[in-house]
Amino acid sequence: MLDADFFRRWMTAAATSVDREAERLTALDSAIGDADHGSNMQRGFRAVTATLEKEAPDTPGGVLTLAGRQLISTVGGASGPLYGTLLRRTGKALGEAAEVGEEQLAAALRAGVEGVMKLGGAAPGDKTMIDALLPAVDALASGFAAARTAAEEGALATTPLQARKGRASYLGERSIGHQDPGATSSALLIAALADTAEASGE
Amino acid sequence: MSDEKRVGIVLVSHSAEVAASVGELAKGLAGGASAVPVAAAGGTEGGGLGTSAELISAAAASVDRGAGVAVLTDLGSAVLTVKALLADDELPDGARLVDAPFVEGAVAAVVTAAAGADLDAVEAAAAEAYSYRKV
Repeated sequence: MLDADFFRRWMTAAATSVDREAERLTALDSAIGDADHGSNMQRGFRAVTATLEKEAPDTPGGVLTLAGRQLISTVGGASGPLYGTLLRRTGKALGEAAEVGEEQLAAALRAGVEGVMKLGGAAPGDKTMIDALLPAVDALASGFAAARTAAEEGALATTPLQARKGRASYLGERSIGHQDPGATSSALLIAALADTAEASGE
Repeated sequence: MSDEKRVGIVLVSHSAEVAASVGELAKGLAGGASAVPVAAAGGTEGGGLGTSAELISAAAASVDRGAGVAVLTDLGSAVLTVKALLADDELPDGARLVDAPFVEGAVAAVVTAAAGADLDAVEAAAAEAYSYRKV
């Protein structure tokens, strides 16, 4: 079973990973976006770890809803409301339980991804974070490692796609040949989940 | 009519200057629209280009007179942040994202609100600005 501390460790691992990869995310975003994805995500996840330390919610749902609220407040770009909605919807779906199982998490994460799709209007193949998140949620039934692989493959598979959402869509065909920054950071978030699960022997 | 509750208008742009200037433009073109509460929520809290959930929430609260709040946005994260705030009930009751062109919609919204119209009418006037073709 996964408790609040597991989810706190997941968010901390995600923050560490975003810190490590911030330059790469910004470089990807400078090719087809406005070159702020790395620094925006860094600012957001640093604020998430700080607020989780201070407020220490005692349920998995509490951890994720607080983290999501913090991302909406601090990121300053489209990834704020998108990742914020992902975590808040997932957290709300987990409810008040003190511990949740893997199946519950998979169902909740699917609700979170559906919330993101509704908010941004993106479908699979639009060259967005959905292209990493949806395969990850589908694979989660087979375990955390499978979800990580699916997210990473999904992010890589955005390279030949033409962007149909967000600022990159203004580039039309010129968006082809670049990996999507949002799908890349989504793969980092799922990898952080898998790392956290492996470290705790799940 | 001066004691009627006016619909509040919030203008959300990636740029603080754009949001503030569009507010000034709309109020200026509306003539005696000083009774309409208009607030700008532009840029990030640090003064950069972007969107701030805190600035949007504060702006919406500041123009809420109980008659509803029409929120107009420019693009991208401005739209998504307002939608996320509405979904989480973090804007005043009666706050609504209005689907309208930013500048023309703001002018139409402020003029209509100045006439004492309700939120539905303000929203309709702002949205109708899409139908004005320039060529």
